[in-house]
Amino acid sequence: MTEIALTGAGTGERQRTADTIFRGATWFFAVFVLLILAGVIVSLIVGAIPALQEFGWSFITSSAWNPVTEKFGALPAIYGTLVTSAIAMLIAVPVSFGIAIFITELCPPWLKRPIGTLIELLAAIPSIIYGIWGLFVFAPVLQSTLQPLLIGTLGNIPWIGTLFGGPPLGIGILTAGLILGIMVLPFITSVTRDVFETVPTVLKESAYGIGATTWEVIWNIVLPTTRVGVIGGIMLGLGRALGETMAVTFVIGNAHRISASLLQPGTTISATLANEFAEATGDIYPSSLVALGLVLAFITLLVLTAAKLMLLRMQQQGGR
Amino acid sequence: MSPYARRRATNSIVLTLSMAATIFGLVWLALILWTLLKNGIGAINVDFFVQMTPPPGSQGGVLNAIYGSLIMTLVATVAGSPVGILAGTFLAEYGRGNPIAPVVRFINDILLSAPSIIIGMFVYELMVVRMGHFSAWAGAAALAMIVIPVVVRTTEDMLSLVPGSLREAAFALGTPKWKVIVMVTYRAAIQGMLTGVLLAVARISGETAPLLFTVINNQFWSTNMNAEMANLPYVIFQFALSPYKDWQSLAWGGALLITVAILVLNITARLLANLKSFAR
Repeated sequence: MTEIALTGAGTGERQRTADTIFRGATWFFAVFVLLILAGVIVSLIVGAIPALQEFGWSFITSSAWNPVTEKFGALPAIYGTLVTSAIAMLIAVPVSFGIAIFITELCPPWLKRPIGTLIELLAAIPSIIYGIWGLFVFAPVLQSTLQPLLIGTLGNIPWIGTLFGGPPLGIGILTAGLILGIMVLPFITSVTRDVFETVPTVLKESAYGIGATTWEVIWNIVLPTTRVGVIGGIMLGLGRALGETMAVTFVIGNAHRISASLLQPGTTISATLANEFAEATGDIYPSSLVALGLVLAFITLLVLTAAKLMLLRMQQQGGR
Repeated sequence: MSPYARRRATNSIVLTLSMAATIFGLVWLALILWTLLKNGIGAINVDFFVQMTPPPGSQGGVLNAIYGSLIMTLVATVAGSPVGILAGTFLAEYGRGNPIAPVVRFINDILLSAPSIIIGMFVYELMVVRMGHFSAWAGAAALAMIVIPVVVRTTEDMLSLVPGSLREAAFALGTPKWKVIVMVTYRAAIQGMLTGVLLAVARISGETAPLLFTVINNQFWSTNMNAEMANLPYVIFQFALSPYKDWQSLAWGGALLITVAILVLNITARLLANLKSFAR
């Protein structure tokens, strides 16, 4: 840094200009991040206009999907997206809790890092790998084990039975939901773990001091303190599950219909886009697909925004 | 059962369940990696790396797809990282008291988790429709938009870890702010920032959805960035869903290759980050 000490008159001016330029550049690219999201939203809205003008609100309530007659409705795809994500949450939330409890409260310190890393690697595996594995390995196993079991037991109960009707196909809504569950589990675990670790040790120790068991400390101290953060983590996982594409495309069966049974094929918004967007011709067909994308963007951005707001509130609480 | 025994029993049940949950999570990782190895290792031979993607029913390799994936990942990283680093710098160094900073931070976190297929549609409208054809440039642009939020996030986190006293020492010498950032703060945080870039590369190497409507695929060798180009994720997608045994085998080989590359990148990134914490 000797040259700085030796600067003469005039360099101060130059440095001030350099400062302004550098600051301007960082500002520009920060705003660029905002422009990406704005661009995404605007381009989706513009692209969706022809379809929305043609179908209006019935686009969301209709379950027609016929490229030949150019009648399109988003309901089966929205239904599939919501149901697969709900199944995913049923699996991922309890498991993530368990893992977070194990890592923060039970695990010997030397094992914390390896187990945490391994669970996070589950999130690093690309969606398409889950897809190919789900189609060739997971679905056949489900077809010969879990699905006949469900049909044989729950399938005979009135009401609930309709959810498990039909032949075991391997692929379908349930399979997609289960794989999504495995995929979002590391995301929920990582947030839950982080917020669990923000609970002040004094708080936990005072509960242990009056004789509480580990579970009582978790249930009565840790969870109430971190509630907002935990819900934020779950919503973050939900946001991921809603938009997950390739894995679902492989195993859901891509059928534009709403079946009562979870074992039957269906479709999701993202799977429909992945399958049909590149090949769609005409005006209304591609526009309908963009409108589907708009619906997906709307749902996920809503969920993710709620998640972020909750996590922010958690951070502020932690800072107090 | 006395209340005390019941409480103890509940406790052990829950803790056993939490252990079971951990094993449940780890089992899937092991299962997926095992199947990839079992099905993929047979496809990996010399031909796999030197031949082009074959027509249905014949043997070949995935050289053109490996090249396409590498070049698009490279372009996306080179284009996206500086944007991310500068935006992250703004948040960490100039963000305090600036009304835009919290908004950028918030939107960036949303982009971080937003579905990548939506980014693909955006680039389709932005570039493919205007240019009138699919191209590797469009694919790289879509990937770059996924790189940016990852790098913004890690850059900001890493710069915030640099102690303020380091900056103050440099300021006290009369160093202008940009020089403090570039020569002191960046230098102190370089390993962490590199970690962010590596994680971004790992993230985009397996991304398939944004490539579906931007580059599509190319069965032949092509280095033209302005045309369709082969890439591993698309080849895996297409070949795995085909009825041909040779194609499926190549898909498994490609899946193994991508996964190993991503795991190596992830572990390297983590080691780099650890190195940093040991140094401090």
